[in-house]
Amino acid sequence: MSDKSMHIHVHHVTRVEGHGNIDVVVDNDVIKKIEWQVPEAPRFFEAMVVGRDYMDLAPITSRICGICSIGHTFASLKATEAAMGITLSEQDTRLREILLHGETLQSHVLHAGYLAVPDYFRVNSVVPLVGTHKEAVLLIIKLHRLANELCDIIGGRTTHPIRTTVGGWTMLPTEKELVTLKKRYEEAVEDLKAVAGVVLSVAGKIPNFTRETEYISLTSPSEYAFYDGMIKSSDVKAPIPVSNYRTVVNEYVNPQSTAKWTKFNRESYAASALARYNNNYAQLSPLSKTVASMFGLGAAACHNPYMNTVAQVVESVYAVERTIANIDWILDKGLKYVKPDIKVKAGKGASAVEVPRGILFHEYEYDKNGKCLMANCVIPTNQNHGNIQKDFEKLVPEFKHVGKEELQFMLEMLVRAYDPCISCSTH
Amino acid sequence: MKPQVAFFDFACCEGCQLQIANLEEDIVGLVNVVDVVEFREVLTGTAEKYDVSFIEGSITRPEDEERLKDIRKRSKLLVAYGSCATSGGVNKLKNLNPSLENVRLTVYGKDWNMPHLRTAATKAVDEVVKVDAYIPGCPVNRKEVVEVVKSLVLGHVPALPEYPVCVECKFRENVCLFQKGQVCLGLVTRAGCNAICPSNNSPCEGCRGVMPNPNKNAMHEVLKENNLTVKQIFDMFTMFSADPEVKG
Repeated sequence: MSDKSMHIHVHHVTRVEGHGNIDVVVDNDVIKKIEWQVPEAPRFFEAMVVGRDYMDLAPITSRICGICSIGHTFASLKATEAAMGITLSEQDTRLREILLHGETLQSHVLHAGYLAVPDYFRVNSVVPLVGTHKEAVLLIIKLHRLANELCDIIGGRTTHPIRTTVGGWTMLPTEKELVTLKKRYEEAVEDLKAVAGVVLSVAGKIPNFTRETEYISLTSPSEYAFYDGMIKSSDVKAPIPVSNYRTVVNEYVNPQSTAKWTKFNRESYAASALARYNNNYAQLSPLSKTVASMFGLGAAACHNPYMNTVAQVVESVYAVERTIANIDWILDKGLKYVKPDIKVKAGKGASAVEVPRGILFHEYEYDKNGKCLMANCVIPTNQNHGNIQKDFEKLVPEFKHVGKEELQFMLEMLVRAYDPCISCSTH
Repeated sequence: MKPQVAFFDFACCEGCQLQIANLEEDIVGLVNVVDVVEFREVLTGTAEKYDVSFIEGSITRPEDEERLKDIRKRSKLLVAYGSCATSGGVNKLKNLNPSLENVRLTVYGKDWNMPHLRTAATKAVDEVVKVDAYIPGCPVNRKEVVEVVKSLVLGHVPALPEYPVCVECKFRENVCLFQKGQVCLGLVTRAGCNAICPSNNSPCEGCRGVMPNPNKNAMHEVLKENNLTVKQIFDMFTMFSADPEVKG
């Protein structure tokens, strides 16, 4: 092949969750093919749960994703609660938010520290960094451990939580456990600043690539939305009720992917930490805004998809601060256990939760005995596949002059920047 | 030379692989005794031969059966890692549906017949290739993973507990969930999780599969007291092992 011809074929991109391929063919400087392919084996969750009891839905759909099992659990519980008109106390909702942010921190640290950052040091994994950047790696492990321990204490287990149930909790942490967690979270703020410093030291390697994109996330008047809110598109002024989510996602089947793709006002949109950042920047905490500014990010929307990793670092700071505030609120009121009060009835309900990779929707319909009649789950990464494809289509012509090896590296790094959860997206 | 170890994933949530990352500082100890040569989720690189292969996930397509057989050929020992691999896990719920066409139609609607969306009945790993060791659990218990790796490095086949979750639950001095009016599978499920679900006031869902030789008489008694039948309790097992049988 001449310099102007190349074939990039990456079979199963590494350091991402699930199976994705990159296929690019350039023939004598003419682009013949650019494809982001998803060959992941479908598991058919929406068919699996039909006929199951309402209490089984969260434990089963939690298994859609090993990394965001807590987010799936809450999306599932909220959809069931919406269908049956079940409400939670403010304390129990705040405890859910604490657990959700345990996952935000765990997942963001895992992605930024273990999966994405090795690219910036040009190594194959985090393992070589143990030798060259031991202190930074130990800090990353420490933060990851802390987030996981929070999930153990609040949820009963780090992955696939146990204490979470329809209408509330099977069991609560003790006040003493919350006090200890709060103290450790306060100490973690300095560790996070140090990790942000490490990411900043290699931020010069983030490719200078932008593509004007539609960003979709939750939004809420009261806070930087994660657990609850309405749907916000950067292309539309008024927020959209979650019950109308199907008018936003418009799922369709693409022959190059077993995961469905989505589109709203353009050919594709992005759901991600960067989408949340762009849509809800004003509600971030002062410290998270300071960390954002270290990377040159401010109130103006950022259209560089590689910056999603930086948005995750910013959100990690927010997650820690928000958790401390939630623990304070609960301790101030005094912890009380109230057994969930459930009256099973027929109904249909949809929910949305922001999980590490973006907005997640679950929707169920139940009969009068609480048997599931219909389920639909729309996963952040299945909303991002089309956007990855569109990014590829702009990136390849712009950067094909850099040569095959470098272009392949940029494409893989772009996929990783989305932190895709591919098996979750196909489910 | 340290044993060459690899991790592979099939249809699953990859949460059991995540438990390796969740070993936190212990990972450093792990890489002191084994060489991780292939592990797509966390590192870039491949190898030709493996001393031990960990297989995560269940098998749902003919092309995946071929990939698994190829890995088996290149592996001295093969471990079924996590419930999807040991029993088929939640993925076997699909097999309870009267037809796979119906399953595809439910999820993909009018596009259900597109060739790339084909699927076969879900299989556990040992329904396709020979398995040398099993680590059940959804997700796997990190302590058990470390013990299994230690055994394999020392050349032993790891032994799984041959008693029910109930035993571990009693050691933890939990109030029996049957006494609280709940139905729990801890009676007949293989131990090794330290009764994690009942200890969090939530019934055992049987993710580790049926134990060998369950004490049927004692089980009948508990079920009778609670107006349940053996069939009902085995039906509950459908969440994690639609086709309950003892593994390992």
